[in-house]
Amino acid sequence: MTTDYATGGSPAAPGPDAKAPILEVRDLTVEFFVDGEWFPAAVDVEYDVRPGEVLAIVGESGSGKTQSSMSLIGLLPPNGRASGSARLAGRELLGLNHKQLSSVRGKDVSVIFQEPMTALNPVYTVGFQIVETLRVHFEMTPKEARARAVELLRLVDLPNPEEAVDKYPHQLSGGQRQRAMIAQALACEPKLLIADEPTTALDVTVQAEILKLMRDLRHRVDAGIILITHDMGVVADLSDRVMVMKNGRVVESGTSDEIFNRPQHTYTRQLLDAVPHLGSETLAAQGLHGDHPVAEGAGALRVSERPLGQPLQRPGTLDASQTGYALEASGLVIEYPGRGRVPAFRAINGIDLAIGKGEVVGLVGESGSGKTTVGRAAVGLLPVAGGSLKVNGVELAGIKPKDLRAVRQDVSIVFQDPGSSLNPRLPIGESIGEPLKLHKIASGADLDRRVESLLDRVHLPRAMRNRYPHELSGGQRQRVGIARALALSPKLLIADEPTSALDVSVQARVLELFQELQREYGFACLFISHDLAVVEILSNRIAVMNKGDLVEVGPRAQILRAPQQDYTRRLLAAVPVPNPAEQKLRREERDRLLAAAAPAGTSAAQAAVADGQRVQAFEDEQITNAGRYEGNIRPRGPVDGGSV
Amino acid sequence: MSIQPPLEPHEGIVDPAENVENAIELKEVEGLSQGRIVLRRFVRHRGAMISAVVLTAVVLLVTTSIGWGPIPGWWQYGYKELNPIVNAGGAPTMGFDGGFTVGSHPFGQDNVGHDGFALVMRGTQQSLTVMVVIGLLSTTIGVVVGALAGFFRGRLDDLLMRFTDMIITIPVIMIGAILGVLVGGANPWSLAVALSLVSWTNMARLVRGQFLTLREREFVDAARVAGASSARIMFKHILPNAVGVIIVNATLLMASAILLETALSYLGFGISSPEVSLGQLINEYQTAFATRPWLFWWPGLFIVTIALCVNFIGDGLRDAFDPRQRRIPTRRALAKADARKARARAKATASA
Repeated sequence: MTTDYATGGSPAAPGPDAKAPILEVRDLTVEFFVDGEWFPAAVDVEYDVRPGEVLAIVGESGSGKTQSSMSLIGLLPPNGRASGSARLAGRELLGLNHKQLSSVRGKDVSVIFQEPMTALNPVYTVGFQIVETLRVHFEMTPKEARARAVELLRLVDLPNPEEAVDKYPHQLSGGQRQRAMIAQALACEPKLLIADEPTTALDVTVQAEILKLMRDLRHRVDAGIILITHDMGVVADLSDRVMVMKNGRVVESGTSDEIFNRPQHTYTRQLLDAVPHLGSETLAAQGLHGDHPVAEGAGALRVSERPLGQPLQRPGTLDASQTGYALEASGLVIEYPGRGRVPAFRAINGIDLAIGKGEVVGLVGESGSGKTTVGRAAVGLLPVAGGSLKVNGVELAGIKPKDLRAVRQDVSIVFQDPGSSLNPRLPIGESIGEPLKLHKIASGADLDRRVESLLDRVHLPRAMRNRYPHELSGGQRQRVGIARALALSPKLLIADEPTSALDVSVQARVLELFQELQREYGFACLFISHDLAVVEILSNRIAVMNKGDLVEVGPRAQILRAPQQDYTRRLLAAVPVPNPAEQKLRREERDRLLAAAAPAGTSAAQAAVADGQRVQAFEDEQITNAGRYEGNIRPRGPVDGGSV
Repeated sequence: MSIQPPLEPHEGIVDPAENVENAIELKEVEGLSQGRIVLRRFVRHRGAMISAVVLTAVVLLVTTSIGWGPIPGWWQYGYKELNPIVNAGGAPTMGFDGGFTVGSHPFGQDNVGHDGFALVMRGTQQSLTVMVVIGLLSTTIGVVVGALAGFFRGRLDDLLMRFTDMIITIPVIMIGAILGVLVGGANPWSLAVALSLVSWTNMARLVRGQFLTLREREFVDAARVAGASSARIMFKHILPNAVGVIIVNATLLMASAILLETALSYLGFGISSPEVSLGQLINEYQTAFATRPWLFWWPGLFIVTIALCVNFIGDGLRDAFDPRQRRIPTRRALAKADARKARARAKATASA
């Protein structure tokens, strides 16, 4: 083994007040049996966890961070095996049989999973699931167990624990579900808590709350916590010690302070550099005007006044040089049609937004804010219910399917998940060439040539054109998605969270590519993201959405440095920053903001949450339904025909 | 489904760092197309592979022995010929008579001298014809109905699905019997067409479900934005992704088709004398069960063999198409891998 640190997971000099480690892992190796060979997923991992201490295991997907932790409680897939030693309070965990493991799981070691919606059983109430965990491990009457469940829910700051205990998972919001999940994990006062990407599936503001809760909890319950994450910001917020993994090996480990301020290994440095750092761009790049095709503030700033009630900046009309907008929405309303007795739901509530030619506008908001809905409407995937939406000068409201085809020659979209937006049965070359073929722009040898040049543009080897999506990594797939979107040299590109499904270092490369292509092609772009730091890198202007309304639109420097609206400020304060000291300051700032907002806007905030939840629930449902149709279920869905 | 052309070997990968991120799970499918992955998983399924071999052998035997259409046969008797009875009571000549002998009538003869082997061969031919025709035709009907309903939804879906429900509520064997009598039993083709008209319902429902799921996938949206028409989306984008379910269900449908044909013929509603099918043979000779059991056992054996083989192949295909299927390694494979690893390590230490 050739890691370039000597101490392993046990720091050379634990503090004098350090307690004895609750978990000692030595020489842990996890292997997977694939196709007649053992492939190591993690090699010679060593670490200690002490009570009340948070150890963060950081790494990209495929680095073995999850598998090495899951092997501790025997949760490896059937073709995996673990060797080495892991002692929990002196008791060897590896090699326990099924029965012994069941007594350890939940009681001594418990897990907080990434996706609370799938980790909680949807047919039982939250309370039932906690009670079940309790009664499996302790002699308890149902009544005692229930009382304890309420107490646990109170511990994780779930509002109205007496009521929440009888709620089903789908009745709770994403953050509340994660709290319930944590309550269940804490039910038996475990000695060790494994949190596997506990906040990845959550919005930034909710993430901030969950992190705050976990920070409080580590003092209240004296458990060792292993935090598995790829997000350096989360690590900075929470961890005492950090272990960086790459390709199954530990490349560096040390205290949080050491890793963030004096990283030794190049990979750690790369990882830290790859994280988009909120504020870096606006503060550093003052000479920005030269870099971008449209100078900041010069264009197209029009904002709906309706949700605000206070005048916003309106820097005049357009420059004479600008002959039109790439996208122009005024009073845009988008509704999801009702189903049966459920009334139609208004996802976009009359917004005004304009994107000048060649301009990049970032659209940020939490999940359920309707930002994706705007993007999909702009390419004609959702019908416009009211107001007007013009794309490259063509009105999309009430457009005929036939005319839509022409519109789509000049507008395209990059989807969030490259895994599902590429047809698994088509070689990627065919996927990229499809728009060209369908619009009868190129065929035969000419098509081949153009596909190859598009592959060159996104820095993929030409030989890959015959590969299938499943053979490509996430980053490569997203490059293919971008190449397809650029095939027709669109005037407007909708980028719907194109990097949120990718690892940080891959995300950094894709963003670089995106910038390069934007300079080259000069397309206008609506860049949708929940990540303010990403939006900051790319955008000329930033629009902030909240529950179907545009809250604030402005040049990015203004939005990031002098936000006018409380909502924007809260959003900004919630973004974790990969720097423990700065993160601490930001946390305090955020608490102050929330405290200030609390007396005035409690009911308003609750309404906002309820509304957002409704959109979220709707979108969730769409996603779940996508995988759930059985032959015997009659459709009740919106009847929008196949020709849209 | 079509087997995709072999892929080019790995060449010119620009970004080594990005390649590393390919997860371990992908190692198994590296450099393979979807079709090849499925084929590989199928070949590993022992039951399915044995069944495929057995079924091929049966089809070969049946087509070449007494001849089929233009194919000449090598067997000496036709199924309609009356021959002098060789053994007492027409008992089979095949057996162990101081060593294995086949004789002139290995499956025996009936009381008027028909050759049992020729009858069974002919019966299997007819039953296989019915099976394949039902398989293809009802799959086609089912896929079209299901695809239209699932893709367009709305009123068309309601209409098609209620029609499907209507057909489902009537027992297949009853409609089959009525249609069988109406089209006249002697011809296996018309019987097969008639049965196809009632056995597509399950396929239609499954395909509809697949289309409902797949049409919500993002690649369909992507195709739409690229300017694809509904027909192109249905046939180029969605159908190939549903092909696993369709193939699997088609095989299982064929297995039940052969049993359905047999049942109808046994009841006397299917293929009738002078034409023969396996079910009809059993029906015809059930009265002779006590005296000439061989006339009953051989057709029965062929029915069971074919139905079993087709079912096993369907099973193998289902496993092969299921992407979540994880193979749990056998103990022997594990030991082998360990030994290999130990050897590699020994070599490494030796060279060092």
